Amino acid sequence: MSRAGERAAQAVLFLCALAAVALLLLLTAFFLSSGLPAIREIGWKEFLLGRVWDSADRAAPQFGILPLLLASIYGAAGAAALAVPLGLLTALFLARAAPKGVAACVRQLVRLLAGVPSVVCGLVGMTVLVPFLREWLDLPAGDSLLAAVLVLAVMILPPVVELAEDALAAVPAAYEEASFALGATETETWFQVTLPAAGSGVLAAVALGIGRAVGEAMAVLMVAGNVANMPTLLGSVRLLTTGIAMEFGYAAAGSLRQRALLSIGLVLFVLVVLMNALPHLARRKGGRP
Amino acid sequence: MSEQIILSARGLDFYYGPAQALRSIHLDIPAKKVTALIGPSGCGKSTFLRCLNRMNDLIPGARAEGSLTFHGEEIYQKGRDVAALRRRIGMVFQKPNLFPMSIYDNVAYGPRLHGIRSRSALDETVERSLRAAAIWEEVANRLKRPALGLSGGQQQRLCIARALAVEPEVLLMDEATSALDPISTGRIETLLGTLKDRYTIVLVTHNMRQAARVSSRTAFFLNGEVVERGPTERLFSMPRDRRTEAYLTGCLG
Ligand SMILES: Nc1ncnc2c1ncn2[C@@H]1O[C@H](COP(=O)(O)OP(=O)(O)OP(=O)(O)O)[C@@H](O)[C@H]1O
Ligand SMILES: [Mg+2]
Repeated sequence: MSRAGERAAQAVLFLCALAAVALLLLLTAFFLSSGLPAIREIGWKEFLLGRVWDSADRAAPQFGILPLLLASIYGAAGAAALAVPLGLLTALFLARAAPKGVAACVRQLVRLLAGVPSVVCGLVGMTVLVPFLREWLDLPAGDSLLAAVLVLAVMILPPVVELAEDALAAVPAAYEEASFALGATETETWFQVTLPAAGSGVLAAVALGIGRAVGEAMAVLMVAGNVANMPTLLGSVRLLTTGIAMEFGYAAAGSLRQRALLSIGLVLFVLVVLMNALPHLARRKGGRP
Repeated sequence: MSEQIILSARGLDFYYGPAQALRSIHLDIPAKKVTALIGPSGCGKSTFLRCLNRMNDLIPGARAEGSLTFHGEEIYQKGRDVAALRRRIGMVFQKPNLFPMSIYDNVAYGPRLHGIRSRSALDETVERSLRAAAIWEEVANRLKRPALGLSGGQQQRLCIARALAVEPEVLLMDEATSALDPISTGRIETLLGTLKDRYTIVLVTHNMRQAARVSSRTAFFLNGEVVERGPTERLFSMPRDRRTEAYLTGCLG
């Protein structure tokens, strides 16, 4: 390629990268400008720590997002608590223990699971999981935080497996060789050398899983019951995402209610950014030379 | 000469899939001596060394035939506990391969694996191993620091310490000094001198002077066969086989 062509090509690459960065900056600016005023109006403390969310009350609406925030956090943490161990073990199986054919097969299935649309997961949760929980635990209704946790766990499992497997595959064979040479068995080696050596990559998988779980709305909407209670495991809950999804259509344009929903968007945005930043921060702190 | 034979190969053949890498090896390794394996690249030294602790098991399609014994018991016997074997026959690799953990945890890895849990017992084992590997002074005040922050020569001595921590009887070293500068190499050679009273050492090296300096017996490999073996001094000064002589003259020039 000519010199001018080379320059032009590099300029195009740079502009594309710039566009991605600009989009993110725009998004940030949007959330800050649309989310902050309502929070100021309601009051930081009232908004973040208020225990009652009753935005539909015209006379005296209350905009405390604590029940929603906690439901989101519990939901994501619960889902991660189930999906991360399962995902790590699956990844370990795929990366090390499984015969090639079996690994390829399981990998395809996991990919398939990743491709199931959120609304379909919700549908299965609604028609199978919720009635099952109702019967099994003898509840008045099966829609609950527990149902949301289970559905979320299934949904975040594939990305956790995929990312964790990449991290495990990148562990140098020399580490494992050293461990075998010291008389370690395969299982001992995988758990005591391979997994820890995959550290930051595994952490990224965990963070991605939690981030996805915090951000998921559709499937959760269909199984959580959507009452803005302070969350309990077997009770109906409303999450940050489902709060926005349910109410936004009913909120009058420009009303405090609509702006408060945008503020919830800001909170979600901050949560997801934090989850994404976590592995980078951890890497910098505990990093290897 | 009344020396005890600890490892013994009788007609050992080794194959990587269809390719034969070792042909009818006959070789005795005496206990508590340094045995050097020399020979040109690709002649099967590493393959033989990795038969001794069955590290070749990790390679798909690899298989051994014939007899190879450790204390008279077949190494390749069906049902043999390979982890237990490797605990008794330690290995140091060409490139230092420390774990991405602290210095302490690297050395304590083996003992922990084999059931030592008590803090004081671990501390003691770690210190003893580091002293035995002549690196205690350099790392005593930074045991909790990452092992990968050490220099190459220090890392290799730490690898030796890590291998010694499980108290093996045999130490296999595959070109363990080839990536090191002369000073670090000298340190490790001195170290071998102190270890040979307590451990059986089998050493692969391309450095003929090193073989001559540290080993008491030498075996010369060529094309997957042992062409000549014997006391190091005799083999270097009066090789019996023309091919050994040619190789030594080529190397020592
Ligand atoms: N993993 C493997 N798969 C297939 N063939 C192998 C493998 N490792 C070694 N070989 C072959 O076996 C023969 C002996 O190799 P080996 O590594 O034992 O030689 P070496 O004497 O250690 O050589 P060097 O001095 O270069 O380390 C060579 O022909 C080599 O190509
Ligand atoms: Mg070799």
